[in-house]
Amino acid sequence: MNYVIPIIAGFLSGLIGSMGFGGGGVLIIYLVIFSNIPQITAQGINLIFFIPCATLATIIYAVKKQIQIKKITPVIIGGISGAILASLFLKNLESNFLTKVFASFLILMGTTSLFRLKRVKNKS
Amino acid sequence: MSGVKKFLSGIAIGIVNVVLGAGGGMLTVPLYKKMGMEQKEAQINAVATILPITIISAIIYLINGNVKISDTYIYLVPGLLGSVLGTFVIRKTSNKLLTIFFSVFMIWAGVRLFFK
Repeated sequence: MNYVIPIIAGFLSGLIGSMGFGGGGVLIIYLVIFSNIPQITAQGINLIFFIPCATLATIIYAVKKQIQIKKITPVIIGGISGAILASLFLKNLESNFLTKVFASFLILMGTTSLFRLKRVKNKS
Repeated sequence: MSGVKKFLSGIAIGIVNVVLGAGGGMLTVPLYKKMGMEQKEAQINAVATILPITIISAIIYLINGNVKISDTYIYLVPGLLGSVLGTFVIRKTSNKLLTIFFSVFMIWAGVRLFFK
């Protein structure tokens, strides 16, 4: 019984993540709201979890020739650099603060997303 | 878009990915649309982009001891199944509907988390 909800959460996270919506951190949201796992650990779980799921999805997309490697390479290199940069100040973040930062980000992203949609609708 | 601009945008994505453990996709998709990709193209390429960045981020978290790999086991198999399904479903989904649903979900989750 205890396993049903985590399994569903995992399935949904994989589904949503492979479609490019992973930024919403569905798994993190589930973990922090429904269990006592600290924010940073939940984030770590999400990151690790994403790797096999995204690898599988990426392979499938690559086979379908849908990845534009030339266009995305500079972004990837920047991303890796940014990640390493951020790791330098990550250790000092306290869990409740991090949760609030994460929560604010979600609200911001959700709202921005809706406005972008509205703008596209108005144009057409 | 110039390589430099892409690189700098990448840095922002990497920082968010490490600090929040998520969110990279939310920044990458709009970036790729600005680069001329269609919505679904952008989503697909975002997944491919976030993958290497997340690998580095995960390594950082493991080194810092914030998480153990065993914490993830229960989510992995269902997650993989979900991912495979997602690569097929992506073609058939109504983006508008998904975006609305997801945006509302994020706002709800954000408010809920903020006052936890």
